[in-house]
Amino acid sequence: MSDAVVVKERRPESKDTVTLTFDWDVHVAPGQFLMVWIPGLDEIPMSVSSVGPEKSVTVRKAGEASSALQDLQPGDRFAVRGPYGNGYNLNGLKTLVVGGGVGMAPLMPVLRTIYADLVIGARSSDEILFEEEASRYCNVIRISTDDGSQGFHGNAVQLAESLMDEGGYEQVIACGPEIMLYYLFQACERRGIPCQLSLERYMKCAVGICGSCMLGKERVCVDGPVFDSGRLRMLPEFGRSKRDPAGRLIRI
Amino acid sequence: MTDLTVRIASIEMANPSMLASGILDETGESLLRMMTAGAGAVVTKSIGLAAHDGHRNPCIVEIPTGYVNAMGLPNPGMEEFAEELSSIMPSPAPVVASIYAASAEDFALIAARMENAGAAGIELNLSCPHASGYGMEVGIDPASVSRIVSAVKDAVKVPVMAKLTPNTADIVSIGKAVQDAGGDAVVAINTLKAMVISPEFARPVLSNRYGGLSGPAIKPVGVRAVYDLYKSLDIPIVGVGGIENWRDAAEYIMAGATCFQVGSAVGRVGPEVFKDITAGLELFMDSYGYPDVESMRGVAHE
Repeated sequence: MSDAVVVKERRPESKDTVTLTFDWDVHVAPGQFLMVWIPGLDEIPMSVSSVGPEKSVTVRKAGEASSALQDLQPGDRFAVRGPYGNGYNLNGLKTLVVGGGVGMAPLMPVLRTIYADLVIGARSSDEILFEEEASRYCNVIRISTDDGSQGFHGNAVQLAESLMDEGGYEQVIACGPEIMLYYLFQACERRGIPCQLSLERYMKCAVGICGSCMLGKERVCVDGPVFDSGRLRMLPEFGRSKRDPAGRLIRI
Repeated sequence: MTDLTVRIASIEMANPSMLASGILDETGESLLRMMTAGAGAVVTKSIGLAAHDGHRNPCIVEIPTGYVNAMGLPNPGMEEFAEELSSIMPSPAPVVASIYAASAEDFALIAARMENAGAAGIELNLSCPHASGYGMEVGIDPASVSRIVSAVKDAVKVPVMAKLTPNTADIVSIGKAVQDAGGDAVVAINTLKAMVISPEFARPVLSNRYGGLSGPAIKPVGVRAVYDLYKSLDIPIVGVGGIENWRDAAEYIMAGATCFQVGSAVGRVGPEVFKDITAGLELFMDSYGYPDVESMRGVAHE
Protein backbone atom coordinates (compact mmCIF):
# COMPACT_ATOMS: atom_id res chain seq x y z
CA MET A 1 0.00 0.00 0.00
CA SER A 2 1.22 3.53 -0.79
CA ASP A 3 2.63 5.79 1.92
CA ALA A 4 1.23 9.30 2.16
CA VAL A 5 4.00 11.93 2.03
CA VAL A 6 4.02 15.71 2.40
CA VAL A 7 5.66 18.11 -0.05
CA LYS A 8 8.48 19.89 1.83
CA GLU A 9 9.85 22.04 -0.94
CA ARG A 10 8.78 22.80 -4.51
CA ARG A 11 11.75 23.81 -6.63
CA PRO A 12 11.35 24.92 -10.26
CA GLU A 13 14.28 23.47 -12.23
CA SER A 14 13.55 24.74 -15.72
CA LYS A 15 10.64 26.19 -17.64
CA ASP A 16 8.65 22.94 -17.59
CA THR A 17 10.24 20.92 -14.79
CA VAL A 18 9.80 20.99 -11.01
CA THR A 19 11.41 19.06 -8.15
CA LEU A 20 9.28 18.08 -5.14
CA THR A 21 11.08 17.01 -1.97
CA PHE A 22 9.55 14.91 0.81
CA ASP A 23 10.64 12.93 3.85
CA TRP A 24 10.26 9.18 3.33
CA ASP A 25 12.36 6.84 5.41
CA VAL A 26 12.80 3.98 2.95
CA HIS A 27 16.06 2.92 1.31
CA VAL A 28 16.15 3.67 -2.41
CA ALA A 29 19.10 2.76 -4.65
CA PRO A 30 20.17 5.10 -7.49
CA GLY A 31 18.13 4.24 -10.59
CA GLN A 32 15.17 2.67 -8.79
CA PHE A 33 11.73 4.22 -9.25
CA LEU A 34 8.51 4.89 -7.34
CA MET A 35 4.85 4.67 -8.21
CA VAL A 36 3.45 8.09 -7.39
CA TRP A 37 -0.26 8.33 -6.66
CA ILE A 38 -2.11 11.59 -7.18
CA PRO A 39 -5.44 10.68 -5.54
CA GLY A 40 -8.43 11.01 -7.81
CA LEU A 41 -6.29 11.28 -10.92
CA ASP A 42 -3.68 8.63 -11.66
CA GLU A 43 -0.66 6.71 -10.46
CA ILE A 44 2.53 7.08 -12.49
CA PRO A 45 6.08 5.71 -12.37
CA MET A 46 8.65 8.35 -11.39
CA SER A 47 12.42 8.34 -11.14
CA VAL A 48 13.89 9.38 -7.81
CA SER A 49 16.18 12.41 -8.06
CA SER A 50 17.34 12.30 -4.39
CA VAL A 51 17.70 9.03 -2.50
CA GLY A 52 18.82 10.22 0.98
CA PRO A 53 16.43 10.37 3.96
CA GLU A 54 14.89 13.33 2.15
CA LYS A 55 13.67 12.07 -1.21
CA SER A 56 12.72 13.97 -4.32
CA VAL A 57 11.03 13.43 -7.64
CA THR A 58 11.65 15.69 -10.61
CA VAL A 59 8.57 16.12 -12.76
CA ARG A 60 8.35 17.38 -16.31
CA LYS A 61 4.94 18.64 -17.41
CA ALA A 62 3.77 15.95 -19.83
CA GLY A 63 0.19 14.85 -19.19
CA GLU A 64 -2.65 15.46 -16.77
CA ALA A 65 -1.01 13.58 -13.89
CA SER A 66 2.42 15.19 -14.15
CA SER A 67 0.81 18.63 -14.41
CA ALA A 68 -1.22 18.01 -11.26
CA LEU A 69 1.89 16.74 -9.48
CA GLN A 70 3.78 19.87 -10.52
CA ASP A 71 1.05 22.06 -9.09
CA LEU A 72 1.42 20.60 -5.57
CA GLN A 73 2.64 23.15 -3.01
CA PRO A 74 4.59 22.69 0.24
CA GLY A 75 2.28 21.05 2.76
CA ASP A 76 0.24 19.24 0.08
CA ARG A 77 0.12 15.46 0.18
CA PHE A 78 0.59 12.72 -2.38
CA ALA A 79 1.47 9.02 -2.01
CA VAL A 80 4.32 6.79 -3.07
CA ARG A 81 4.97 3.06 -3.18
CA GLY A 82 8.17 1.21 -3.92
CA PRO A 83 11.02 1.48 -4.52
CA TYR A 84 10.88 -0.77 -7.55
CA GLY A 85 13.36 -2.07 -10.09
CA ASN A 86 17.04 -2.89 -10.07
CA GLY A 87 18.85 0.47 -10.21
CA TYR A 88 22.29 1.14 -11.63
CA ASN A 89 25.25 -1.08 -10.80
CA LEU A 90 27.70 1.49 -9.43
CA ASN A 91 31.32 0.42 -9.64
CA GLY A 92 34.79 1.93 -9.86
CA LEU A 93 34.98 2.07 -13.66
CA LYS A 94 35.79 5.34 -15.42
CA THR A 95 32.32 6.49 -16.31
CA LEU A 96 30.63 8.85 -18.72
CA VAL A 97 27.10 9.76 -17.65
CA VAL A 98 24.68 10.96 -20.33
CA GLY A 99 21.34 12.53 -19.42
CA GLY A 100 18.75 13.67 -21.92
CA GLY A 101 16.01 16.05 -20.74
CA VAL A 102 14.26 14.93 -17.56
CA GLY A 103 16.31 11.71 -17.87
CA MET A 104 18.78 13.64 -15.70
CA ALA A 105 16.57 12.91 -12.66
CA PRO A 106 17.66 9.32 -11.86
CA LEU A 107 21.26 10.22 -12.77
CA MET A 108 21.66 12.77 -9.96
CA PRO A 109 21.91 10.07 -7.25
CA VAL A 110 24.53 8.38 -9.46
CA LEU A 111 26.57 11.58 -9.77
CA ARG A 112 26.38 12.11 -6.00
CA THR A 113 27.75 8.56 -5.49
CA ILE A 114 30.53 8.00 -8.05
CA TYR A 115 33.06 10.15 -9.92
CA ALA A 116 31.99 10.58 -13.53
CA ASP A 117 32.12 12.96 -16.46
CA LEU A 118 28.78 14.23 -17.67
CA VAL A 119 26.92 15.13 -20.83
CA ILE A 120 23.63 16.97 -20.35
CA GLY A 121 21.40 17.10 -23.41
CA ALA A 122 18.40 19.40 -23.78
CA ARG A 123 16.32 20.88 -26.55
CA SER A 124 17.19 24.42 -25.55
CA SER A 125 19.20 26.32 -22.89
CA ASP A 126 16.10 26.90 -20.75
CA GLU A 127 15.51 23.14 -20.46
CA ILE A 128 18.94 22.17 -19.13
CA LEU A 129 18.58 20.38 -15.80
CA PHE A 130 20.88 20.19 -12.76
CA GLU A 131 23.92 21.85 -14.39
CA GLU A 132 24.78 23.85 -11.29
CA GLU A 133 24.52 20.98 -8.79
CA ALA A 134 26.30 18.54 -11.10
CA SER A 135 29.22 20.97 -11.44
CA ARG A 136 29.95 20.31 -7.75
CA TYR A 137 30.52 16.59 -8.45
CA CYS A 138 31.90 16.40 -11.99
CA ASN A 139 35.20 17.69 -13.32
CA VAL A 140 33.98 17.53 -16.90
CA ILE A 141 30.49 18.70 -17.83
CA ARG A 142 29.49 19.26 -21.43
CA ILE A 143 26.14 20.59 -22.57
CA SER A 144 24.36 19.94 -25.85
CA THR A 145 21.26 21.75 -27.08
CA ASP A 146 19.27 20.85 -30.16
CA ASP A 147 18.89 24.54 -31.06
CA GLY A 148 22.46 25.54 -30.23
CA SER A 149 21.35 28.05 -27.59
CA GLN A 150 23.98 26.72 -25.19
CA GLY A 151 27.03 24.49 -25.53
CA PHE A 152 27.37 22.02 -28.37
CA HIS A 153 24.84 22.58 -31.17
CA GLY A 154 23.50 19.08 -31.77
CA ASN A 155 22.34 16.07 -29.81
CA ALA A 156 23.73 14.47 -26.69
CA VAL A 157 24.81 11.31 -28.52
CA GLN A 158 27.03 13.22 -30.97
CA LEU A 159 28.65 15.05 -28.05
CA ALA A 160 29.04 11.84 -26.04
CA GLU A 161 30.71 10.17 -29.04
CA SER A 162 33.38 12.88 -29.25
CA LEU A 163 34.05 12.52 -25.53
CA MET A 164 34.21 8.73 -25.78
CA ASP A 165 36.76 9.01 -28.59
CA GLU A 166 39.15 11.02 -26.43
CA GLY A 167 38.22 10.04 -22.87
CA GLY A 168 39.14 6.38 -22.31
CA TYR A 169 35.80 5.62 -20.65
CA GLU A 170 35.20 2.13 -19.35
CA GLN A 171 31.41 2.47 -19.16
CA VAL A 172 28.48 4.72 -20.03
CA ILE A 173 25.49 5.25 -17.73
CA ALA A 174 22.49 7.02 -19.21
CA CYS A 175 18.83 7.92 -19.10
CA GLY A 176 16.76 9.91 -21.56
CA PRO A 177 14.41 9.55 -24.52
CA GLU A 178 14.54 6.05 -25.99
CA ILE A 179 15.69 7.28 -29.38
CA MET A 180 18.70 8.94 -27.71
CA LEU A 181 19.43 5.78 -25.73
CA TYR A 182 19.16 3.64 -28.85
CA TYR A 183 21.78 5.66 -30.75
CA LEU A 184 23.94 5.94 -27.64
CA PHE A 185 23.86 2.15 -27.33
CA GLN A 186 24.94 1.80 -30.98
CA ALA A 187 27.78 4.29 -30.36
CA CYS A 188 28.93 2.31 -27.30
CA GLU A 189 28.73 -0.97 -29.20
CA ARG A 190 30.90 0.40 -32.03
CA ARG A 191 33.55 1.35 -29.46
CA GLY A 192 33.20 -1.76 -27.30
CA ILE A 193 32.20 0.32 -24.25
CA PRO A 194 29.64 -1.35 -21.94
CA CYS A 195 26.65 0.72 -20.94
CA GLN A 196 23.77 0.76 -18.46
CA LEU A 197 20.62 2.42 -19.75
CA SER A 198 17.41 3.15 -17.88
CA LEU A 199 14.36 2.40 -20.04
CA GLU A 200 10.70 3.23 -19.77
CA ARG A 201 7.49 1.42 -20.71
CA TYR A 202 3.79 1.88 -19.95
CA MET A 203 3.36 0.58 -16.41
CA LYS A 204 0.45 -0.58 -14.27
CA CYS A 205 1.37 -2.88 -11.38
CA ALA A 206 5.15 -2.24 -11.00
CA VAL A 207 5.48 -5.53 -9.10
CA GLY A 208 6.12 -7.85 -12.03
CA ILE A 209 2.77 -9.53 -12.56
CA CYS A 210 0.58 -7.62 -14.99
CA GLY A 211 2.87 -7.72 -18.03
CA SER A 212 2.07 -4.17 -19.21
CA CYS A 213 5.73 -3.13 -19.33
CA MET A 214 7.10 -6.17 -21.18
CA LEU A 215 10.08 -5.40 -23.37
CA GLY A 216 10.66 -8.70 -25.13
CA LYS A 217 11.01 -11.24 -22.32
CA GLU A 218 11.96 -8.59 -19.75
CA ARG A 219 9.68 -6.85 -17.26
CA VAL A 220 10.89 -3.25 -17.17
CA CYS A 221 9.45 -2.82 -13.64
CA VAL A 222 11.30 -5.72 -11.99
CA ASP A 223 14.00 -6.94 -14.40
CA GLY A 224 14.77 -3.28 -15.26
CA PRO A 225 14.47 -0.37 -15.55
CA VAL A 226 18.27 -0.46 -16.00
CA PHE A 227 19.56 -2.78 -18.72
CA ASP A 228 23.21 -3.45 -19.49
CA SER A 229 24.72 -4.03 -22.94
CA GLY A 230 24.43 -7.80 -22.73
CA ARG A 231 20.69 -7.67 -22.12
CA LEU A 232 20.09 -4.79 -24.55
CA ARG A 233 21.56 -6.93 -27.36
CA MET A 234 18.81 -9.50 -26.66
CA LEU A 235 16.00 -6.94 -26.93
CA PRO A 236 15.03 -6.37 -30.57
CA GLU A 237 12.10 -4.21 -29.38
CA PHE A 238 14.51 -1.69 -27.80
CA GLY A 239 14.40 1.54 -29.83
CA ARG A 240 11.78 0.10 -32.20
CA SER A 241 8.48 -0.68 -30.54
CA LYS A 242 6.56 -0.43 -27.30
CA ARG A 243 3.12 -1.47 -26.04
CA ASP A 244 0.08 0.70 -25.34
CA PRO A 245 -2.15 0.32 -22.26
CA ALA A 246 -4.13 -2.43 -24.05
CA GLY A 247 -0.95 -4.35 -24.86
CA ARG A 248 -0.92 -3.51 -28.58
CA LEU A 249 2.49 -3.24 -30.19
CA ILE A 250 3.22 0.25 -31.51
CA ARG A 251 6.26 1.54 -33.37
CA ILE A 252 8.45 4.14 -31.69
CA MET B 1 10.40 -42.42 -9.97
CA THR B 2 7.69 -39.84 -9.22
CA ASP B 3 5.45 -39.02 -12.16
CA LEU B 4 4.44 -35.35 -12.25
CA THR B 5 2.56 -35.42 -15.56
CA VAL B 6 -1.13 -34.61 -15.51
CA ARG B 7 -3.92 -34.39 -18.00
CA ILE B 8 -6.97 -32.13 -18.12
CA ALA B 9 -9.25 -33.60 -20.80
CA SER B 10 -6.94 -33.58 -23.85
CA ILE B 11 -4.43 -31.10 -22.39
CA GLU B 12 -1.26 -32.92 -21.39
CA MET B 13 1.08 -31.21 -18.95
CA ALA B 14 4.65 -32.15 -18.01
CA ASN B 15 3.93 -31.02 -14.46
CA PRO B 16 0.78 -29.91 -12.61
CA SER B 17 1.67 -26.18 -12.37
CA MET B 18 -0.11 -23.74 -14.65
CA LEU B 19 0.33 -19.98 -15.01
CA ALA B 20 -2.88 -18.27 -13.85
CA SER B 21 -4.67 -15.85 -16.14
CA GLY B 22 -3.72 -12.20 -15.89
CA ILE B 23 -0.09 -12.79 -14.95
CA LEU B 24 2.67 -12.03 -17.49
CA ASP B 25 0.55 -13.44 -20.27
CA GLU B 26 -0.36 -10.58 -22.59
CA THR B 27 2.50 -11.13 -25.06
CA GLY B 28 3.90 -14.19 -26.82
CA GLU B 29 7.33 -13.66 -25.35
CA SER B 30 6.10 -13.36 -21.77
CA LEU B 31 4.13 -16.62 -22.19
CA LEU B 32 7.28 -18.32 -23.50
CA ARG B 33 9.24 -17.02 -20.51
CA MET B 34 6.75 -18.59 -18.10
CA MET B 35 7.09 -21.93 -19.92
CA THR B 36 10.87 -21.68 -19.62
CA ALA B 37 10.40 -20.84 -15.93
CA GLY B 38 8.73 -24.24 -15.56
CA ALA B 39 4.97 -23.83 -15.95
CA GLY B 40 3.40 -27.07 -17.20
CA ALA B 41 0.83 -24.97 -19.06
CA VAL B 42 0.01 -21.27 -19.31
CA VAL B 43 -3.25 -19.37 -19.35
CA THR B 44 -3.43 -16.08 -21.25
CA LYS B 45 -4.69 -12.69 -20.18
CA SER B 46 -8.48 -12.60 -20.59
CA ILE B 47 -9.09 -11.67 -24.21
CA GLY B 48 -12.16 -9.81 -25.43
CA LEU B 49 -13.53 -8.88 -28.84
CA ALA B 50 -11.80 -5.52 -29.06
CA ALA B 51 -8.74 -3.84 -27.56
CA HIS B 52 -9.33 -2.50 -24.09
CA ASP B 53 -7.08 -0.29 -21.92
CA GLY B 54 -8.46 -1.47 -18.58
CA HIS B 55 -8.95 0.74 -15.55
CA ARG B 56 -6.91 3.83 -14.82
CA ASN B 57 -4.09 3.50 -12.27
CA PRO B 58 -3.88 2.70 -9.39
CA CYS B 59 -4.78 -0.81 -10.57
CA ILE B 60 -3.11 -2.65 -7.74
CA VAL B 61 -2.49 -2.39 -4.02
CA GLU B 62 0.10 -4.54 -2.27
CA ILE B 63 -0.93 -5.81 1.13
CA PRO B 64 1.18 -8.03 3.41
CA THR B 65 -0.68 -11.20 2.39
CA GLY B 66 -1.32 -10.56 -1.28
CA TYR B 67 -2.58 -8.08 -3.81
CA VAL B 68 -5.86 -6.28 -4.37
CA ASN B 69 -6.11 -5.54 -8.08
CA ALA B 70 -8.54 -4.02 -10.51
CA MET B 71 -6.79 -4.17 -13.86
CA GLY B 72 -10.15 -3.99 -15.65
CA LEU B 73 -9.48 -6.60 -18.33
CA PRO B 74 -6.83 -4.80 -20.40
CA ASN B 75 -6.09 -6.72 -23.59
CA PRO B 76 -5.15 -6.07 -27.20
CA GLY B 77 -8.35 -7.58 -28.59
CA MET B 78 -9.07 -10.91 -30.25
CA GLU B 79 -7.43 -10.35 -33.64
CA GLU B 80 -4.21 -8.78 -32.41
CA PHE B 81 -3.83 -11.36 -29.65
CA ALA B 82 -4.45 -14.20 -32.11
CA GLU B 83 -1.36 -13.02 -34.00
CA GLU B 84 0.59 -12.89 -30.75
CA LEU B 85 -0.47 -16.47 -30.00
CA SER B 86 0.22 -17.80 -33.51
CA SER B 87 3.72 -16.35 -33.33
CA ILE B 88 4.70 -18.79 -30.55
CA MET B 89 3.10 -21.90 -32.06
CA PRO B 90 4.02 -24.71 -31.76
CA SER B 91 4.72 -23.81 -28.14
CA PRO B 92 6.81 -25.91 -25.72
CA ALA B 93 3.86 -26.14 -23.30
CA PRO B 94 0.09 -25.94 -23.89
CA VAL B 95 -1.51 -22.49 -23.97
CA VAL B 96 -5.03 -22.10 -22.61
CA ALA B 97 -6.77 -18.94 -23.81
CA SER B 98 -8.75 -17.06 -21.19
CA ILE B 99 -11.64 -15.16 -22.73
CA TYR B 100 -14.36 -12.76 -21.61
CA ALA B 101 -17.42 -11.38 -23.35
CA ALA B 102 -20.80 -9.86 -22.65
CA SER B 103 -22.83 -12.54 -24.46
CA ALA B 104 -22.68 -16.29 -25.08
CA GLU B 105 -22.38 -15.61 -28.84
CA ASP B 106 -19.31 -13.43 -28.36
CA PHE B 107 -17.74 -15.99 -26.02
CA ALA B 108 -18.16 -18.58 -28.78
CA LEU B 109 -16.70 -16.28 -31.43
CA ILE B 110 -13.59 -15.45 -29.40
CA ALA B 111 -13.10 -19.08 -28.35
CA ALA B 112 -13.12 -20.20 -31.98
CA ARG B 113 -10.58 -17.54 -32.94
CA MET B 114 -8.28 -18.58 -30.07
CA GLU B 115 -8.54 -22.25 -31.00
CA ASN B 116 -7.67 -21.33 -34.55
CA ALA B 117 -4.61 -19.42 -33.32
CA GLY B 118 -3.31 -22.47 -31.48
CA ALA B 119 -4.92 -22.49 -28.04
CA ALA B 120 -4.97 -26.00 -26.53
CA GLY B 121 -7.93 -25.09 -24.34
CA ILE B 122 -10.31 -22.30 -23.42
CA GLU B 123 -10.79 -20.83 -19.95
CA LEU B 124 -13.99 -18.85 -19.55
CA ASN B 125 -13.58 -15.83 -17.31
CA LEU B 126 -16.90 -16.01 -15.46
CA SER B 127 -15.46 -14.51 -12.35
CA CYS B 128 -13.65 -11.18 -12.73
CA PRO B 129 -14.93 -9.17 -9.73
CA HIS B 130 -14.12 -5.70 -11.06
CA ALA B 131 -15.49 -5.30 -14.58
CA SER B 132 -19.03 -4.07 -14.94
CA GLY B 133 -21.25 -6.30 -17.11
CA TYR B 134 -18.63 -9.05 -17.37
CA GLY B 135 -17.08 -11.80 -15.33
CA MET B 136 -18.59 -12.31 -11.92
CA GLU B 137 -21.76 -10.50 -12.88
CA VAL B 138 -22.60 -13.36 -15.26
CA GLY B 139 -20.72 -16.04 -13.31
CA ILE B 140 -23.02 -16.12 -10.29
CA ASP B 141 -26.09 -17.11 -12.32
CA PRO B 142 -26.20 -20.85 -13.16
CA ALA B 143 -28.48 -20.28 -16.18
CA SER B 144 -26.11 -17.72 -17.75
CA VAL B 145 -23.12 -19.94 -17.04
CA SER B 146 -24.84 -22.87 -18.66
CA ARG B 147 -25.68 -20.87 -21.81
CA ILE B 148 -22.10 -19.64 -22.19
CA VAL B 149 -20.51 -23.06 -21.65
CA SER B 150 -22.90 -24.70 -24.16
CA ALA B 151 -22.26 -22.03 -26.78
CA VAL B 152 -18.49 -22.32 -26.44
CA LYS B 153 -18.57 -26.13 -26.41
CA ASP B 154 -20.47 -26.00 -29.70
CA ALA B 155 -17.88 -23.63 -31.18
CA VAL B 156 -14.59 -25.40 -30.37
CA LYS B 157 -13.07 -28.88 -30.17
CA VAL B 158 -10.47 -28.09 -27.50
CA PRO B 159 -11.37 -28.52 -23.81
CA VAL B 160 -13.41 -25.76 -22.20
CA MET B 161 -12.96 -24.88 -18.55
CA ALA B 162 -14.82 -22.29 -16.54
CA LYS B 163 -13.12 -20.15 -13.91
CA LEU B 164 -15.44 -19.70 -10.97
CA THR B 165 -15.90 -16.84 -8.58
CA PRO B 166 -15.81 -17.39 -4.82
CA ASN B 167 -18.05 -14.32 -4.47
CA THR B 168 -21.22 -16.41 -4.29
CA ALA B 169 -23.06 -18.25 -1.56
CA ASP B 170 -22.95 -21.50 -3.53
CA ILE B 171 -19.96 -22.17 -5.77
CA VAL B 172 -20.98 -25.82 -6.15
CA SER B 173 -24.19 -25.02 -8.01
CA ILE B 174 -22.18 -22.95 -10.49
CA GLY B 175 -19.72 -25.83 -10.88
CA LYS B 176 -22.64 -28.18 -11.54
CA ALA B 177 -23.99 -25.82 -14.18
CA VAL B 178 -20.62 -26.00 -15.95
CA GLN B 179 -20.57 -29.79 -15.78
CA ASP B 180 -24.18 -30.19 -16.93
CA ALA B 181 -23.56 -27.88 -19.89
CA GLY B 182 -20.70 -30.09 -21.05
CA GLY B 183 -17.77 -28.13 -19.62
CA ASP B 184 -14.54 -30.14 -19.38
CA ALA B 185 -13.22 -28.67 -16.12
CA VAL B 186 -13.70 -25.95 -13.56
CA VAL B 187 -11.05 -23.58 -12.28
CA ALA B 188 -11.46 -22.38 -8.70
CA ILE B 189 -11.09 -19.75 -7.43
CA ASN B 190 -10.83 -16.28 -8.92
CA THR B 191 -10.12 -13.32 -6.61
CA LEU B 192 -12.32 -12.30 -3.68
CA LYS B 193 -14.06 -8.97 -4.12
CA ALA B 194 -12.21 -6.52 -1.90
CA MET B 195 -11.39 -2.89 -1.13
CA VAL B 196 -8.50 -0.92 0.35
CA ILE B 197 -9.04 2.61 1.72
CA SER B 198 -6.35 5.21 2.29
CA PRO B 199 -6.99 6.85 5.67
CA GLU B 200 -4.90 9.90 4.70
CA PHE B 201 -6.88 10.54 1.53
CA ALA B 202 -10.19 9.19 2.86
CA ARG B 203 -10.92 7.25 -0.33
CA PRO B 204 -10.48 3.80 -1.85
CA VAL B 205 -7.00 3.45 -3.37
CA LEU B 206 -7.99 1.62 -6.56
CA SER B 207 -9.36 3.87 -9.29
CA ASN B 208 -12.15 1.31 -9.66
CA ARG B 209 -12.72 1.41 -5.88
CA TYR B 210 -13.40 -2.35 -5.81
CA GLY B 211 -10.80 -4.94 -6.66
CA GLY B 212 -10.03 -8.62 -6.27
CA LEU B 213 -7.92 -10.06 -3.46
CA SER B 214 -5.34 -12.68 -4.43
CA GLY B 215 -2.31 -14.26 -2.78
CA PRO B 216 -1.78 -16.26 0.44
CA ALA B 217 -4.68 -14.43 2.13
CA ILE B 218 -7.20 -16.40 0.02
CA LYS B 219 -5.61 -19.84 0.02
CA PRO B 220 -7.81 -21.43 2.69
CA VAL B 221 -10.89 -20.14 0.86
CA GLY B 222 -9.66 -21.69 -2.38
CA VAL B 223 -8.83 -25.00 -0.75
CA ARG B 224 -12.29 -25.15 0.81
CA ALA B 225 -13.93 -24.33 -2.55
CA VAL B 226 -11.99 -27.10 -4.31
CA TYR B 227 -12.86 -29.52 -1.50
CA ASP B 228 -16.58 -28.74 -1.87
CA LEU B 229 -16.51 -28.93 -5.67
CA TYR B 230 -14.70 -32.29 -5.59
CA LYS B 231 -17.50 -33.80 -3.48
CA SER B 232 -20.12 -32.92 -6.09
CA LEU B 233 -18.44 -32.88 -9.51
CA ASP B 234 -17.08 -35.57 -11.81
CA ILE B 235 -15.12 -33.23 -14.11
CA PRO B 236 -11.55 -32.21 -13.18
CA ILE B 237 -10.87 -29.20 -10.96
CA VAL B 238 -8.00 -26.79 -11.44
CA GLY B 239 -7.11 -25.30 -8.05
CA VAL B 240 -5.96 -21.70 -7.76
CA GLY B 241 -5.61 -19.10 -5.03
CA GLY B 242 -2.54 -18.17 -3.01
CA ILE B 243 -0.22 -21.01 -4.02
CA GLU B 244 3.41 -20.04 -3.32
CA ASN B 245 5.13 -23.33 -2.43
CA TRP B 246 4.78 -27.12 -2.65
CA ARG B 247 2.77 -27.35 0.57
CA ASP B 248 0.12 -24.99 -0.85
CA ALA B 249 0.01 -27.04 -4.06
CA ALA B 250 -0.27 -30.31 -2.10
CA GLU B 251 -3.22 -28.91 -0.14
CA TYR B 252 -5.11 -28.13 -3.34
CA ILE B 253 -4.36 -31.55 -4.85
CA MET B 254 -5.41 -33.34 -1.67
CA ALA B 255 -8.62 -31.27 -1.66
CA GLY B 256 -9.31 -32.66 -5.13
CA ALA B 257 -7.48 -30.56 -7.72
CA THR B 258 -6.05 -32.32 -10.78
CA CYS B 259 -3.60 -29.49 -11.30
CA PHE B 260 -3.11 -25.98 -9.96
CA GLN B 261 -2.45 -22.44 -11.08
CA VAL B 262 0.05 -19.93 -9.77
CA GLY B 263 -0.50 -16.18 -10.12
CA SER B 264 0.45 -13.65 -7.46
CA ALA B 265 3.50 -15.69 -6.46
CA VAL B 266 5.08 -14.88 -9.82
CA GLY B 267 5.38 -11.33 -8.46
CA ARG B 268 5.79 -12.05 -4.74
CA VAL B 269 8.34 -14.85 -5.18
CA GLY B 270 9.44 -14.57 -8.82
CA PRO B 271 9.08 -16.64 -12.00
CA GLU B 272 11.34 -19.31 -10.44
CA VAL B 273 8.38 -20.21 -8.21
CA PHE B 274 7.20 -22.81 -10.78
CA LYS B 275 10.40 -24.85 -10.52
CA ASP B 276 10.52 -24.41 -6.73
CA ILE B 277 6.99 -25.75 -6.34
CA THR B 278 7.36 -28.73 -8.66
CA ALA B 279 10.75 -29.70 -7.20
CA GLY B 280 9.36 -29.53 -3.66
CA LEU B 281 6.25 -31.43 -4.65
CA GLU B 282 8.31 -34.18 -6.26
CA LEU B 283 10.42 -34.61 -3.11
CA PHE B 284 7.31 -34.72 -0.93
CA MET B 285 5.54 -37.24 -3.17
CA ASP B 286 8.65 -39.38 -3.26
CA SER B 287 9.08 -39.48 0.52
CA TYR B 288 5.37 -39.93 1.28
CA GLY B 289 4.80 -42.65 -1.28
CA TYR B 290 2.69 -40.96 -3.94
CA PRO B 291 3.90 -42.36 -7.28
CA ASP B 292 1.89 -39.82 -9.29
CA VAL B 293 -0.38 -36.79 -8.87
CA GLU B 294 -3.46 -38.95 -9.44
CA SER B 295 -2.67 -41.01 -6.33
CA MET B 296 -2.61 -37.87 -4.19
CA ARG B 297 -5.72 -36.26 -5.59
CA GLY B 298 -8.59 -35.90 -3.14
CA VAL B 299 -6.92 -37.96 -0.40
CA ALA B 300 -8.06 -35.43 2.21
CA HIS B 301 -11.61 -36.73 1.63
CA GLU B 302 -10.79 -40.28 2.73
